[in-house]
Order: sequence, then structure tokens, then C-alpha cells
Amino acid sequence: MNNFSYTQAGSAKEATARRKTTPQAAYIAGGTTLLDLMKAGLEEHPQLIDINPLPFTGIEQTSDGLRIGALARMSEVGEHALLKQQMPAVSESLLLAASPQLRNMASIGGNILQRTRCGYFRDPAFPCNKRVPGSGCPALDGDNHNLAILGVSESCIATSYPGDLSVALVAFDAVLTLQNAKGKQRQLPLNDFYLLPGTTPQRETVLEPGELIVAVTVPVAAHTQRSTYLKVRERASYAYALASAAVGLDVQAGTIRAARVALGGVGAQPWRSREAEQVLTGQPATEATFRAAAAAALRGAQPREHNRYKVELAQNTLVQALRKVAG
Amino acid sequence: MDTEPTFFDTNPTAGSVGQPLDRVDGRAKVTGQARYSAEFNSLPGLVHAVLKTSDVAKGRIQSIDTRAALKEPGVVAVLTHQNLPKLAKTPNDADGKKAIGAPMGFLPLTSDQVHYAGQPVAIIVADTLERAQHAATLVQVHITAEKPLASYTDPRAELFDPQKVQDGKTPGHTVRGNPKAAFAAAPVQLTHTYVHAINHHNPMEPGATTAHWEAPDRLTVYESTQGVTRTQKALSTMLGLAAEQVRVVTKYLGGGFGCKGSSWPHTILTVQTAKAVGRPVKLALTRPQMFTSMGHREDQTQTLKVGATKEGKLLALIHEKTSTTSPWDNYAEPNSRIINLLYACPNFEATYQLARADVMTSTFTRAPGEAPGSFAIECSLDDLAYQLGIDPLEIRLRNYAEKDHSTGKPWSSKSLKQCYARGAELFGWSKRNPQAGATRDGRLLVGWGMATASYPVHNNQGTARVRLYADGHALVQTGATDLGTGTYTVMTQVAADALWLSPDKVRFELGDTKLPTAPNSGGSVAAGTVSSSIYMAAQDVWQRLIKLAVADKKSPLFRAKPADVVVENGRLALKADKTKGEDFATLMKRNETADMEGTGNGKYGAGYESGLAAGPANSGHQDDMAGHSMHSFGAHFCEVKVDPELGTVRVTRWVSVHGAGRILNAKTARSQIIGGSIFGIGSALMEATTRDQNFSRYTNATLADYHIPVNADIPDMTVEFVEEHDPYINAMGVKGIGEISMVGVAAAVANAVFHATGKRIRSLPITPDKVLETKMVQA
Repeated sequence: MNNFSYTQAGSAKEATARRKTTPQAAYIAGGTTLLDLMKAGLEEHPQLIDINPLPFTGIEQTSDGLRIGALARMSEVGEHALLKQQMPAVSESLLLAASPQLRNMASIGGNILQRTRCGYFRDPAFPCNKRVPGSGCPALDGDNHNLAILGVSESCIATSYPGDLSVALVAFDAVLTLQNAKGKQRQLPLNDFYLLPGTTPQRETVLEPGELIVAVTVPVAAHTQRSTYLKVRERASYAYALASAAVGLDVQAGTIRAARVALGGVGAQPWRSREAEQVLTGQPATEATFRAAAAAALRGAQPREHNRYKVELAQNTLVQALRKVAG
Repeated sequence: MDTEPTFFDTNPTAGSVGQPLDRVDGRAKVTGQARYSAEFNSLPGLVHAVLKTSDVAKGRIQSIDTRAALKEPGVVAVLTHQNLPKLAKTPNDADGKKAIGAPMGFLPLTSDQVHYAGQPVAIIVADTLERAQHAATLVQVHITAEKPLASYTDPRAELFDPQKVQDGKTPGHTVRGNPKAAFAAAPVQLTHTYVHAINHHNPMEPGATTAHWEAPDRLTVYESTQGVTRTQKALSTMLGLAAEQVRVVTKYLGGGFGCKGSSWPHTILTVQTAKAVGRPVKLALTRPQMFTSMGHREDQTQTLKVGATKEGKLLALIHEKTSTTSPWDNYAEPNSRIINLLYACPNFEATYQLARADVMTSTFTRAPGEAPGSFAIECSLDDLAYQLGIDPLEIRLRNYAEKDHSTGKPWSSKSLKQCYARGAELFGWSKRNPQAGATRDGRLLVGWGMATASYPVHNNQGTARVRLYADGHALVQTGATDLGTGTYTVMTQVAADALWLSPDKVRFELGDTKLPTAPNSGGSVAAGTVSSSIYMAAQDVWQRLIKLAVADKKSPLFRAKPADVVVENGRLALKADKTKGEDFATLMKRNETADMEGTGNGKYGAGYESGLAAGPANSGHQDDMAGHSMHSFGAHFCEVKVDPELGTVRVTRWVSVHGAGRILNAKTARSQIIGGSIFGIGSALMEATTRDQNFSRYTNATLADYHIPVNADIPDMTVEFVEEHDPYINAMGVKGIGEISMVGVAAAVANAVFHATGKRIRSLPITPDKVLETKMVQA
């Protein structure tokens, strides 16, 4: 780890000003992701700006939905009664992630900015287009067991966001509130926040330099109330998803009125599947419909040698999740 | 000795052996008082070392630029192959390797050659760990890289017959009977191939060395090792010092599982660094470095041919193993050993093939050989059972080995039938549905599997010193190590019983080459050898006290023959008239003897029936004088639930029953079996280090990405022991349980997965991708 200085910011204005002075500085909240990246030599920051004093906390019901502060902790949000009632999928995605210790530290904003667990990215000894643009992608012909099959490119097949929360959030049309150095806020759908790798896998989000995540707002709807997050992994806890599905259905008289579907562990970004939603909407909530939706969600998948299983696994994961909420 | 040797079984003591005594070191550990090898921080002028390792797996160092690092504040030195003090001997040649007892025939920083990814290429020393870590990032190492070879599976790999494996300890080719003809003529023939991923030991405590040169010719090393004596020998040989000039201390160990069973490069490099900088140096390996510093279980494929009768009786077993080894060593786990003796089979053959790759040398990993070997034989036997419509437990009974067929010798003891019966009863095996893929719990498939476990009692010996004080307490010492599994506790119990004291009156010390020599804590030998040496040392104390009494005019035992005196309850008395006698404290106080010291030698094959107790130490024999084959046996029963859509396997019930001689502590023994079973479940379902085939470098060398089981993966486990008295093994009748706990576990899980799904998965670990991609076996 490199030498760095540490300062605490008393306000968003102070935080963004510091960042402007030192562009390579990083904001730190829970630190559960950032410190790992720094210790592994994947990121170097001359300064850490502690944003924990900022008032981006708490969970409140607003006219736009549930507004979750970027500095709220994963455990606090996951256990929150409003979330459990109004959008169980989001609560589950948080509580199935990491470990209790990490959930107690990790912030929502930091979670959204997690970086990939691709072994080639995580070890600076390997080439990696995401880490060192143009150096190559050994995962294409290497250990791609855990990597993505949707939205991938010849430059990168990482699951750029390896976590769970954003999978549920993109499914349910979450909107980020971002604040720039001038103190100006903008609203951005989370689904537009992440970037596909293309030829520039080093660019992961549209976050502007110095911009802060203030909050994420999730509209409440019938399909969020009837929702679930299903996560598949090799061990029962404390592991990233091989595949996961966040789904919500509004079923009336056996017919699906509205559907939300997103997949984790298989996409180069949290993978909203409007194709699956389209297949589901207006159809009877039956196994056949679910299977058709799953097939639609994985159409165009580009598996490689060691992650072919994900095509079937992701479909089955999605079908099980749909069955659960339909049941 | 003036009298016949006594043994725990023939000289019973009422007391604490076998009782579930709480760990005597528990409080020290949970309060942080227990000091591990990287915690001797108050040494004068202690500085911190960090290893800089090679990114590439093969190449030649062109240059190392240390200028930027050396300019950093607090940096003391940067050492490379160009400026590290030279050694008297290195393992780089065969003689040196043998003299040192090195696990690897290559020592980094002795040349510009790079032979594996993660190989140390520079050592950075600074006044704080953080400064050393930072300076390490500034050292520029330029290596001309060559394309490496990663595994025997690479088409470029050249396979060869190593003649001997496990570093020459095990023959590479074994034939018994006429296996090829017997197989060819067998009415039932199975040929299956089994694949093992690379596994890493990953003890909680990483490898760590604190080296302190107290004088130019006097070294103390605080080392995370399973054997202080072996480390002392390795270091003193490399340094050209006498053994007694090197002191090795290991008071507490946070697990080892085999990776701390040998002296690996980082230890001597730390010692050389301390010499170079003239200050005590501490080095603790990082978790990623643990994957490339202390060996691993090698990637391997086994093919097992099974010939049998239609009644399921084995006729022939032919085993071939192919695995990866390093550029210098012929290491392969001896998988065939267990296959040769687990069942009554008249014809057997085993061969090994190795391929050199640009990797470090693999090493013993918990149950080396027995763990993967049992996976092959126990899955194949399960196949045979299903194919012939015989219950898997019944087919094992039909092939029950009443003797060791690999040597023809009788067993010293074997309680496997009782283990089967008790395990089956505890598990409810009789209710098993014989049909695979036919039991459901909702959408989950339920499967039951079982497997046999066996592990040899290895030849070993050790010594201990016991000092009994007149005030009724005792000091017991031996240079053994406690891996964290309970050696401190069980040896306290043994000494307490042998001395007729309560355990709180016994102070037990270990982990120091200044103490009497004990074997490595490895191969499950510590419990039996160390307990026997302590027991024999206590008997030596009693014999000395008897001598004192019969020569003491004031003693009621004056002029008695020593052989006529017995000790009971701490009281010396005439065998013929026990009213005549006195307790040891009275005797010692009257003679102004503050303490009485005895030493003892605990030996393999020296049980009370073997007649070897007073014989030559460590004579190299493989069995006791009576010619017994000595093994522990056990049985595992496993229930899994498999999600057929997601491919996830969860172990939902577990029963292990073992016959392993005397069990010294019911609680620590149970914990050890649970730990070994979990270790096995890890290897069965999730543990795999992935080596990139193009770079020969691991892609998941962290504990976030190399999965070991978490609590949620493990159900409540039922563990029992069959009471077993073995009069041949050693004075305490203890076989050891460190490894057998893991043997057969992966097979029990795989067999349960087969019963659940009808899918036979022969590649470990059994991950969801394999469950989804494997086809059901058509019966």
C-alpha cells in the first residue's frame, strides 16, 4: 500500500473541493472495498477523504419511493422494516451479501461502486484491459469460470459489478442522486450508471470526477412488494454469486400485469432483462411462461470454456425466483 | 530398568485421560496472552521484512533496481540474490537437499533463475511493516520471461515414471499377485478416472519467522512450524552451525495441515536477512503469498480399474496416478497406499506418472495420499455396489480385510466393523432407499452416502522429561508442537494420570528445541508418541523414587526389591502387602529431595504386548516386533440435499465413527474429527486453486476467492469413537486422529451426491457447474 493522507470532510462541499484539489484522491465511507483495492495495489490514492460525517444517511419514504442514503450501512438497510415490507428483493440482496461484519461497515454508495472479483483484475501480475488498458485479457482463454456471459466484449468478460444490491436496484428502476463539485445534484437511473466494457473496460460508470453518490431512490410498486432475490453460490454464505436473479411480479387473477427482472453474476454489468419482462408481461404466471422468459433473458449469451454452465444456471435461477414470487 | 516396563493399559490410573477436559491453553488464546511466532515484538531493534515475489512463472532476472526503495524513510536494506549472505549448504543439489531435509530442491535468491510465480526475488527490510510494504512496491524487478508450463494437463507436458514418489519415500511401482490377468478375467470390470483440483492448506496463522542472532554463532528463531527439531536441523545445516547453536521456538501454532511440516524458503531467507542487517527480523507471509510459499496438494488424475466377482468381491485393483511436480523434485502424494490395503483384494498394481511444470513443489496436505486415494477407491466401490445391486455398506463388509493384504501382516487392532455398525445405527442407514435419484425433499434431491476411512500409525519416537516436586506439582517438557488441536491439554492429562496428580498440578511445556526431542507434529504421530514418552518419563520418576525408598532406612519399603514395589494413587507400596508403603511426598521430604526427574522414550511399536518398549529407539522397522500392521479405521455417513436446477450441494447430516486406539480427550478428539471432516467437505464441494494454464499463476489466491466452508455449509455433526485397546502401537495405545478425520470424506459426499442425483461426479470439487453438466448414469 502506498502512503496517503487522510482527511475528514464536514460537508459535501468540502469533500468535493478537496477532491478537486487532489483529483487522484478517493472518498472513503465503509472502506470495505476501497482498502482492499489499495492493499492489493489495484488503486493508488494520495489522499482519502472520509465522507462519513456527510448527512447522506437514513431511509425515508418519499413520493418517489424509498430513498436510501448513500452512507446508510448494508446491515441497517437490509434489516429495515420498510424495505422488508415494500421491496423484499432489495433487503434480501443486502442480507445475502458479504458477512455480518462487512455489512455493518459497508455503505450503500460503496456497494454500488464495487469492482470486479475477476482474478486477473485482482492480481496486478496479470495483464488486464480494465486495469491497464490495452494490456490484454487473459480471462478469455483462461480461468473464466466465474465471469460474465452477457454484455461482454473481446476486451473484457468480467462481471464488472460482482455484488448483489445493484442487481435488485436495476430491476426496480432505482434512481441515483448524484452531486458534483458545484453542489449541483442530478438524477440518474442506476441502469444508465454502469457502462458495458466494449473497448474501454476501464470505464465502469458514468460517475464524473469528484461526483458523490448522495442517495438511491427505489419506486414502490406492486412488483416490488412481490419480489425476491435468489443467489446461487458454491458455498452457503460469504461468496459472490455464480448467478442471481432479482425479480418482481404484479400478478392479478393469474396473469402477470407487470414484471421486473435482473440477473447478477452473469452480466458485464447488473443485467436488467427487459426481454424477459416483455415475455412475462400479460402472460399467465406459469412454468412455461417463466421458461420462455428465462430463455429470452439468456438469448445472446456468449459463454466461454469454463462458464458455459451459467447459461443453464442463470435460466434456472430466474425460473426459481419467478416461481417463488408467483407462488 | 530394574523392573518390567509398565503401560497405561496394564497399569490403569483413575483420572483425567479420556475426559473432556477444557483446553488448558484456552484462556491464554482467547485473551491474547498466547504468543504466536510473529508476536515476539519486544526483541531489541526488531525490524520487519517483506518479500517481493515474481510475477512470472519462468524466466531470468535481468536487473533489480532498489534505489527508490532504499531512499524511503525507515528502510534498512533490500536483499537480492546479489547481496544476500551465502549459505554453507543449500537444497539446490541432491545431497544438500537430503542433509537439510528440505521439501524443495531449490532455494530462491541463490541465482537469477525464476522457476515459479510467487517465487521470492527480493527481501525488503524496514523499521515498520508498512514502510517495508511500501518500499517493496518501489523495487523494480526486470525479468526476461519465458512461456511457462502449468500442469501435466498441458499437451506440451512430458510424463515420466519417477521410480519413487514422495521424495523417494514411497515406491513408484507396486505389484501384488497378477493384477492384469485377474482384471482381464474378472466378470465385472470398472475403469474410472478421478480428478483433483489443487488444494491449499490455508491455516489461520500464516507462515511466520522471527529470527534473532543473539551472537554471531547463536541464533534463536520463533517459527510457525509443526516441528522445531526439523526446523533446527534444516537451519543449522544450511548455516553450517551445530544444531545446538540454533534454537527454534514454537509455543503456539495456528494450524498447519502439513504446510508447516517442513522448512520452506521464507524461514532461512529471514534468518539470512537478520544476519545481513544485524538486527532481529520478523517476516509474516501474506495470505496470497501463502499460496506460493509452503506447498500445496498437487493437481492430479487417478485411474482406477476394479475387477470383481458378480457377488461384489474384489479380484483386482489397478491404479495409475498422474500429477504435476516442480522442476526439481519428484513429489506425489502416495495415493495407492490406502487402495492397496483397505479391502481384501488378491491382486494389486500401482504406478505413478509425473510431469514437470513451472510450479513450486507440492507437499503433504492433511492425509497425504489417503485423502485422494480414498476418493478413488471409495467411489469405485460405490459404483460396484450400485451396478450389482448391493448395499454400499454390505459390499464393504464382503471385502472386509481381516489382515493387511499389502503386507500380509495381521492388524494390531481394527474396529472397522464396529465403526460401520455404530455409524449405520446413528445415521439410520437401514432406512436407505436403494434407488438413486428417488428421494426428494420438496424440489431438492436427497442422497445418502458412506465411505471407509483408514490411516496408518507412522513409525516415530520421541522423548520427554518429567520433574515431580515434593510439594505435589510437576513440570513436564518435550519439544513437541501443538497445532492448536489440543496437545497442551491431552499431554497435561496424560502426565496428571501417570503421576497421580490432578491436571491443574501439572505444568506442560512444549515447542522449544531446548526441551527433549519430539517428532514433528505431522502424520498423526504426535498424540501417540508424545503421550507415550511422557508416560514412560513418569514411570522413570517412579522407578527412581522406588530406588530411593528401598535404600532409605526410614522408609517402610527399606530393603524391598524394586520389582516388588508398586505405585498406586501416588503411594509406593509393596505389591504383596499394600499396607506397607508411603506416599511420594513423605518419602521425598524426609530425604530432602525437592524434586525427582525422569526421562522417557515413547516409541512406535512399543505397546505392552510387543516386547519392544525397552528395545532400540527408532530402529527403522515399519511394524512392531510381533509384525503387526498398525492403522486407524473409521466410517463416514453423509446426507446431502442437491438442488437439481441450481446444482448446489449442501451437506445436511454427518456421522463419523472411528476406532483409533485410546482417545485422550473426548472433547478435543471430537473437535479434531469435526475439523477434519469439514476440511474434507471443503475439498469435496468447494476448495480449488486455479492455476492459469498460460501464465502458470494462480487466479484465486485469496480467502475471498478460494472457498473453504463457512458455518452455514456445515450441519451438526455426530462423532463417536469405538473403544479400542491396541497393545502393540505404543505405551499409551494411542493411534492419532489428525488425518483419518479427512480420509474418505470426499467420497462419502460424492457417493451421497450420486444417491441423490444418479450423477457420478469424479472431479473434485463438486461445484454447481459439474452437477449441472454431468449426465445421470443409466442403471
